[in-house]
Amino acid sequence: MKPGFSAMTVSALTLGFAFLYIPILLLMIFSFNESRLVTVWGGFSFKWYGELFRNRLLLESIWVTLKIALTSATLALVLGTLAAITLVRFVRFRGRTLFSGMIFAPLVMPEVITGLSLLLLFVAVDWDRGFSTVVVAHTTFTTAYVAVVVQSRLLTFDEMLEEAAMDLGATPLRTFFVITLPVIAPALVSGWLLAFTLSLDDLVIASFTTGPGATTLPMRIYSQVRLGITPEINAISTILIAVVALGVITASLIQKRQFARRGGHG
Amino acid sequence: MMDAKPADVRGPQEPWRDPSAVPLIEIRDVVKTFGNFVAVDDVWLDIYPREFFALLGPSGCGKTTLLRMLAGFETPTSGSIRIDGVDMSAVPPYRRPVNMMFQSYALFPHMTVEQNISFGLKQEGMGRSEIADRVAAMLGLVELTDFARRKPHQLSGGQKQRVALARALVKRPKVLLLDEPLGALDRRLREQTQFELVNIQESLGITFIIVTHDQDEAMTVSTRIAIMDRGRTVQVGTPGEIYEYPNSLYVSQFIGEVNIFESRVVEAGKDHVTVFSPEADTTIFADRGLDAVPGQEVYAAIRPEKMSIAKTPPEDAGHNCISGTVFDIGYLGSISVYHVRLANGTKVKVTTANRHRFVERPITWDDPVWVWWPPAASVILLA
Ligand SMILES: Nc1ncnc2c1ncn2[C@@H]1O[C@H](COP(=O)(O)OP(=O)(O)OP(=O)(O)O)[C@@H](O)[C@H]1O
Ligand SMILES: [Mg+2]
Repeated sequence: MKPGFSAMTVSALTLGFAFLYIPILLLMIFSFNESRLVTVWGGFSFKWYGELFRNRLLLESIWVTLKIALTSATLALVLGTLAAITLVRFVRFRGRTLFSGMIFAPLVMPEVITGLSLLLLFVAVDWDRGFSTVVVAHTTFTTAYVAVVVQSRLLTFDEMLEEAAMDLGATPLRTFFVITLPVIAPALVSGWLLAFTLSLDDLVIASFTTGPGATTLPMRIYSQVRLGITPEINAISTILIAVVALGVITASLIQKRQFARRGGHG
Repeated sequence: MMDAKPADVRGPQEPWRDPSAVPLIEIRDVVKTFGNFVAVDDVWLDIYPREFFALLGPSGCGKTTLLRMLAGFETPTSGSIRIDGVDMSAVPPYRRPVNMMFQSYALFPHMTVEQNISFGLKQEGMGRSEIADRVAAMLGLVELTDFARRKPHQLSGGQKQRVALARALVKRPKVLLLDEPLGALDRRLREQTQFELVNIQESLGITFIIVTHDQDEAMTVSTRIAIMDRGRTVQVGTPGEIYEYPNSLYVSQFIGEVNIFESRVVEAGKDHVTVFSPEADTTIFADRGLDAVPGQEVYAAIRPEKMSIAKTPPEDAGHNCISGTVFDIGYLGSISVYHVRLANGTKVKVTTANRHRFVERPITWDDPVWVWWPPAASVILLA
């Protein structure tokens, strides 16, 4: 047996994965449970999925969540890309270290702090809390993730491609849109998907910064769970898991293909 | 037979000898520093229309940096560059009448070969059908017609190089800058492409500036060569001038094989120099003048192929004649290389053309031999 696969490592790995995924698997299985009781199997059914589409509050929060995720991910993409370009291309400017520190701080900042401080800000400037405040909050913390993804791509970007384009008569602006953007596009897509999924499943920051009429799906689920777990919650969670998994898998596939295309020497 | 210098082969089109000729590119006192490091040091060059100008020098001597300043990617620290009479200091790369082929190719990875080549023409706003024609012609020229729809990552190194060449050529700029354009090609394709380059250059009237490590390439294709050393141009001249009349030890050793003898001036005149070399243990006579005083230390440089070798001494054995024994022979097909050791231990290299298949009394190992050369073959270089 290879040293990497001793009985010890295999069992540790199995245990670890079991601990991680069995609860999720159970949740998904019980979303197809006929019975109302979460712990007793009463036969297979799509009943709770049907129920879901009659729950107006839940549907509303799904719609709100999607709108917030789409808007904030798109804003974060633009801001994060600009930040990454600044960091990579303008190697020396005053306060660069401070700038990059402040860009990446939200990655390690406890969500409670981010949420609370944003709340204080919105209160201080008397900004009515609701859809727009959640979008601003989500943009703030997902921008950092986009910046990381785009920055790492830009670091390996061959600037001679831009020089070649300009040499052939393309203006700097045209070069950016025709050469730079298409070449780093996969990183932009995965950055956007990352921001989208982060916004989608955020509970803490959204709870702090939201207001009336802007209850997101994670918040709705959390408040319903406090009244007891229903198979309906299992159903919506299953859908959420599927959407997030799809996003993450797409992002990683795009990056993988990009890497293969560069043939390992790009 | 050999009295015409190779420099004369190209006939009278030598604008650099014509004081009224107007240079296309004027590089004036150009310096480029990176921090404290001087990459290009006080370069002054005139390059004339339709020239095929080669920059030759060891790695890191500033060839690419000089090209990048011409293309507009680097700004000279001081000095000026004019192209076609226009000062380039305020002209951005995308407005210069110059195209460059990059040493690392810099092909656009998200575009096919065809799209890479047509990119420059699209920027000009050229019509679709004309673009298609030009690209097709270019693809044919670089033998890549079958690869038109491939992406760069699906090409071999040599194929990428040819795409890069085609992409830079297709715009037919006034000046084409080629940074080691043929380095990755095999010998057949390399020679063929050199030939094609000269053809293209002559038929389109483009001025080429080519950077190369390869002295044979520089000799083959160029009208003039600039030899560079640590950011400076040490000699500029036709391939013939550079080869026959190097102005320094560095140049003589950089181009071709050469025997160097440390010497002292015996007598220097307007049209001749006599030196004595203890190393060669002979008096060396050269039929070109030198500005030197008796006793001054100089180097005598003699090309191996300009020397004669025989087992009997020449009839007028005076100066320019040495004797020794053969200690090694290299047979290279068209030529043979004889390594001769003189009585005082100095080693000399002599090459002879193998014109006949059988030589009556061939020279072999340990034969005592005489080696001599005409005054025109000795080049005296100031130390
Ligand atoms: N952007 C830069 N920053 C600092 N040093 C540089 C930069 N570009 C070039 N140099 C230095 O300038 C010198 C000349 O570089 P250049 O690329 O012109 O050499 P080269 O003659 O083209 O060499 P090669 O034949 O290896 O391509 C080198 O020592 C290089 O390290
Ligand atoms: Mg170079």
